[in-house]
Amino acid sequence: MADEKKHIFDNPKNIQRVLYGLFGSLVLLLALEPFVHKHTYFSWEEWPGFYAIYGFVACVLLVLAAKYILRPLVKRDEDYYD
Amino acid sequence: MTDLLPPAFIYIFGALLVPLLPARIKSAYLLLLPVLSFIYLVSMPPESSWQVTFLGFDLVPFKVDRLSLVFAYIYHLISLIGIIYCLNIKSDLEKVSGLVYAGSALGVVCAGDLFSFFVFWEMLTVSALALIWASRTKASQAAGFRYLMVHVFGGLLLLAGITMYIHEQQSIALGYIGLSSPATYLIFFGMGVNAAWPFLHAWLTDSYPEATVGGAVLLSAFTTKTAVYALARTYPGTEMLIWIGAAMTAFPIFFAVIENDLRRVLSYSLINQVGFMMVGIGIGTELSINGTAAHAFAHILYKSLLFMSMGAVIFRTGKINATDLGGLYKSMPWTALFCIIGAASISAFPLTSGFVSKSMVLDAAAHGHMAIVWLALLFASAGVFHHSGIKIPFFAFFSHDAGFRVKEAPANMLTAMGIAAFFCIFLGVYPQFLYAILPYPVDFVPYTFSHVSGQMQLLMFSALAFTLLLRAGIYPAEIRAINLDSDWIYRKGGPLFYGLVDRVFNGLNKAADQIFIKGFTGSLARVAQNGPAHLANLVMTPIWLVTLDHEQRQKEKALLYRNFSTGTMGLAIMAVFVSLFIGLVFVLSI
Repeated sequence: MADEKKHIFDNPKNIQRVLYGLFGSLVLLLALEPFVHKHTYFSWEEWPGFYAIYGFVACVLLVLAAKYILRPLVKRDEDYYD
Repeated sequence: MTDLLPPAFIYIFGALLVPLLPARIKSAYLLLLPVLSFIYLVSMPPESSWQVTFLGFDLVPFKVDRLSLVFAYIYHLISLIGIIYCLNIKSDLEKVSGLVYAGSALGVVCAGDLFSFFVFWEMLTVSALALIWASRTKASQAAGFRYLMVHVFGGLLLLAGITMYIHEQQSIALGYIGLSSPATYLIFFGMGVNAAWPFLHAWLTDSYPEATVGGAVLLSAFTTKTAVYALARTYPGTEMLIWIGAAMTAFPIFFAVIENDLRRVLSYSLINQVGFMMVGIGIGTELSINGTAAHAFAHILYKSLLFMSMGAVIFRTGKINATDLGGLYKSMPWTALFCIIGAASISAFPLTSGFVSKSMVLDAAAHGHMAIVWLALLFASAGVFHHSGIKIPFFAFFSHDAGFRVKEAPANMLTAMGIAAFFCIFLGVYPQFLYAILPYPVDFVPYTFSHVSGQMQLLMFSALAFTLLLRAGIYPAEIRAINLDSDWIYRKGGPLFYGLVDRVFNGLNKAADQIFIKGFTGSLARVAQNGPAHLANLVMTPIWLVTLDHEQRQKEKALLYRNFSTGTMGLAIMAVFVSLFIGLVFVLSI
């Protein structure tokens, strides 16, 4: 996306386009899933949208835990060790 | 013996010539070394080895099989890429130590006995140190020193383990070890230090971000992957490695999300990726060992590509913190493109190298019905896309425009990144190239609809989470701050220990000085000096009390002390003392 021309994202419309592209791909992926023949090892892999939900929830939990639990515990000033 | 020259020796002895060469042929020479060594390696008959007898032991400094060769191939490729990347750097220090470093890594993966293995292993540490110190900053000096301390600790564990193990086995051959006796545990944990296991990992995230621009690229490739090789060689199928690996994939991503220094973010994700390799070794099946080797191969390429792109950013802007960067796609579009290719690979997008290697490890875990491990690896896969795949390119090249209008990276850096990016995609599109060199025969098909659709859902919905969290303002803002990690224990504990030892031992010293030197010796001297005068005074005082008044008494007393201190007392007093002494002897002898 960045190898196009200069300053492509100075135009907010292009950012919108990227977002629409993202949302479009999400819908497409979910729409295609019923047609995919699954080779599964675990029962939960057969639940519709398992990977989508897992990816989304994992990232939200990751960010929330990092921001609200880990950061207050470990954040120090940049000259802490000096 | 002379017809076989191990690649490690070509690199290490070749490196020593670098400072002597004139500048115009130096670049050509540097590029030629890995190429020559590689031609030499592939022209050797398979399963070659070189044996020498030394102090009654059969040393095998060179012995290769398919597992060694995967690592040897990628080490050649990445050292060539690294050299191209460093060509514009004037200083010889990085080039010499970089070649010795790569040579030592080759030495480890081609070592056939424990002694040669250990020697190359330690050379790896020392040459890596030069790459960190070559930054010539105060921070790099301190981080390098800590790096040395931690690796000396690990090296000593390894040495103790190897010594005990050789004693047990009566052989120095390098092969499967497995966990059984205390010696094997020492070797295991000694290797674990280099593999950056949880709690032993902080040297990595501490020192790599302080290394030079080119140094970090090489560092990211060799030390940890050499440990991966070593563990795959000696501890395949060790269950503990599965759990260590699963922890390694999961915990660094939390740190990576809140880290500001982008090369430190990459260091955390390096640990995360090595975690996948540890799980593969721990499972120990042919599929999983293949997965580990393939993932190491792919990982070295995309991780060094990411380090190269961030190095180019530092080279041009002098900045690496996310808080200082942004909008660089405008002035460094090629670097941005290569960074995105590296980011896509580490995230394991289909058609990139990460996809064809990581899925082998995940499938191996699923084959073994390890549900918790599999879920942890899947979580880590989503997380790595989040912090390496999106965060790195986004905050460096997009996000808010930090206003840098710099030149694109130099041609040699772009070439190096281009080669690495090419391989990231080539291996993704044509995985048979990689599968053909793996230790065991491969019957793994990465591109099934099921695999691709699952992975794409995982990644795109992670991207959705990032987008929504960022837009909602929940995504943790980059802050100028550092985050504590397990290195806190020795960075704070070290000075504390030093202070404590200082208090105790120097306090003891001081007390001894007060009591014995200043107190006891002083009083002994005073007794020797004034004792006789006191004694005389004691004897004379009753006589003077009767015969003299107060003023005369004081005068006589002063005279007495003066006479004693100068040794000039009157004859009569001496006579009195002599008579007293004789009388005393007489009384006692009765």
